[in-house]
Amino acid sequence: MPLLEVDRLNVRFATPEGEVAAVSDLSFTLEAGHALGIVGESGSGKSQMAFALLGLLAKNGRATGSARYRGENLIGASEAQLNRRRGSEIAMIYQDPMTSLNPYLKVGEQLTEVLRFHKGMPHKAAYAEAALLLDAVKIAEPRKRMGMYPHEFSGGMRQRVVIAMALLCQPKLLIADEPTTALDVTVQAQILKLLHELPRDFASAVIMITHDLGVIAGICDEVLVMYAGRAMEYGPAQAIFDTPSHPYTRGLLHALPRMDRTHGERLATIPGNPPNLLALPPGCPFAPRCRERFEACLKPAPLTVFDGNRQRACHRAVPELTIP
Amino acid sequence: MSTPLLAVRDLRVHFNLGHAGLMPWTAARTLKAVDGVSFTLSAGETLGIVGESGCGKSSLARALIGLNPITSGSVRLAGRELARLPAAEWRSLRAEMQMIFQDPLSSLNPRMTIGAIIAEPLRSLYPETPRASVKAEVERVMARVGLLPNVINRYPHEFSGGQCQRVGIARALIVKPKLIICDEPVSALDVSIQAQVINLLRDLQREEGLALIFIAHDLAVVKHISDRMLVMYLGRVMEEAASDALFAAPQHPYTRALLSAVLIPDPARERAKTIQILEGELPSPISPPSGCVFRTRCPIAEARCAALAPALEAHGANAGHMVACIRAG
Repeated sequence: MPLLEVDRLNVRFATPEGEVAAVSDLSFTLEAGHALGIVGESGSGKSQMAFALLGLLAKNGRATGSARYRGENLIGASEAQLNRRRGSEIAMIYQDPMTSLNPYLKVGEQLTEVLRFHKGMPHKAAYAEAALLLDAVKIAEPRKRMGMYPHEFSGGMRQRVVIAMALLCQPKLLIADEPTTALDVTVQAQILKLLHELPRDFASAVIMITHDLGVIAGICDEVLVMYAGRAMEYGPAQAIFDTPSHPYTRGLLHALPRMDRTHGERLATIPGNPPNLLALPPGCPFAPRCRERFEACLKPAPLTVFDGNRQRACHRAVPELTIP
Repeated sequence: MSTPLLAVRDLRVHFNLGHAGLMPWTAARTLKAVDGVSFTLSAGETLGIVGESGCGKSSLARALIGLNPITSGSVRLAGRELARLPAAEWRSLRAEMQMIFQDPLSSLNPRMTIGAIIAEPLRSLYPETPRASVKAEVERVMARVGLLPNVINRYPHEFSGGQCQRVGIARALIVKPKLIICDEPVSALDVSIQAQVINLLRDLQREEGLALIFIAHDLAVVKHISDRMLVMYLGRVMEEAASDALFAAPQHPYTRALLSAVLIPDPARERAKTIQILEGELPSPISPPSGCVFRTRCPIAEARCAALAPALEAHGANAGHMVACIRAG
């Protein structure tokens, strides 16, 4: 049985302007210990997907479909059921570490609280365990740092504290939502190294949500590319980077300035603007910006299997695509 | 070489932070945001400035355009000295030098229409311009940056980030500047939109003969657009070189570490590369290390690095490749 099996997940928000379709018919599976990258631009629904799994949607949001975590459906689960999982078996890391740390509490208290609440550990044991984790995320002098407040840490150090906190209970699933977007490249490299190595030590599966294909490349086994709440392409990471099969994935890869190209070349662009989720086109949501569109694109493109373990949602056959 | 468009010599931007605590007898503290930076920029050239947060790249940009006071040093725009220039005289320079900001939405007045925002520099600097020519100019720059004429009466909140950044570019272009300073102009944009804006800046630069100072933390973006690059650390220049030379053969250990940390969007290559992890944290710019400011995190630092602040000197095979490291080469 896979660790997580998401089946036709839909997330809708009721707004005064109308219903917003944030996530539509999203399905994927995650095996224990694997790392899945979810790539998409702003408004692609990647964060709302994670919030739906954890029961953290805003009040006007509603999730339907199923997300079976070790067989148990998280969608529509009660707060009590979710609270047993959240923070202990399923942990989340957010983009801005300051929002997940309490500015009034010493870092040590926040870390030990997790163990005392979820594991019922006595204070002394929890304190020792928390210090071990701070050491694991390479924070020097962990015992001294435990007595400090979040504002006394730099951005990169705070993100390390948050990672330590997420891993305290040895979660089976770690969801990281843009964990390095706010950080400098050198700090990003340190944090990504941690996020690559530590979950393996703890046998945790990882869902890495990001807009940066570079982040995914180093860490993830599988990749899911989202656009306007839908899966465009899904499959093994290396295959998606080597032979992207969807015009959107190809567009994203070509639009990226790369260090291994000489300067001054024109970047390939994806024309147009991001979709309006209030008024999505009836067919493929990417069609209005797609250079490969034809009549069939007015109808929704279902996700179809090809090459054995890959999936894509496009009416054009792979050899027909003109953008390499 | 003729007179450069912009010549910066030994520029310092220091901020006085007052006394530590309330005791008047403690020493006043000074934050040295920019500490002795020199470079030149020719007409039509693009200079990229890279470095991590806190390296002083934004303080430098703001000082060049008069938003930060210059503590000492010289900034010459087409031969004219800008340091210690009276505030009233800055206005006359605005037509030559413009800036584009990071957050496209917050740099636009939400109560003004797109047309009024773009026209404002022209109205302010050349108030005698007839209305009809202002309108014609607004339409010209809007077309130039790829904004449709029918959006002229809309408001910024109706636009996406990429379109707002186009408005910001149009506003800078309308006074026909020779130099545009771009402070992280694409960091807030999605990948697909980022490419559109980079291409637009590149085309404008080539077709209008604009000089650009392009500040960003994303090295791949900077490499893409810049002819030459400046690598900054803690207010000082560590390395300066032509973009291709800098990426092909970085000389300074800080540049090497920065480049090794850049992500490659290819799983096989990203996993195979060796990242040079920089240990420790950026030192405080209030009390920077003695000698070379990078020595506390430098993998090849030795005892003499603490004694001597290295000068920016020519190294390597390429002319104009400057490195501030006693162990370079």
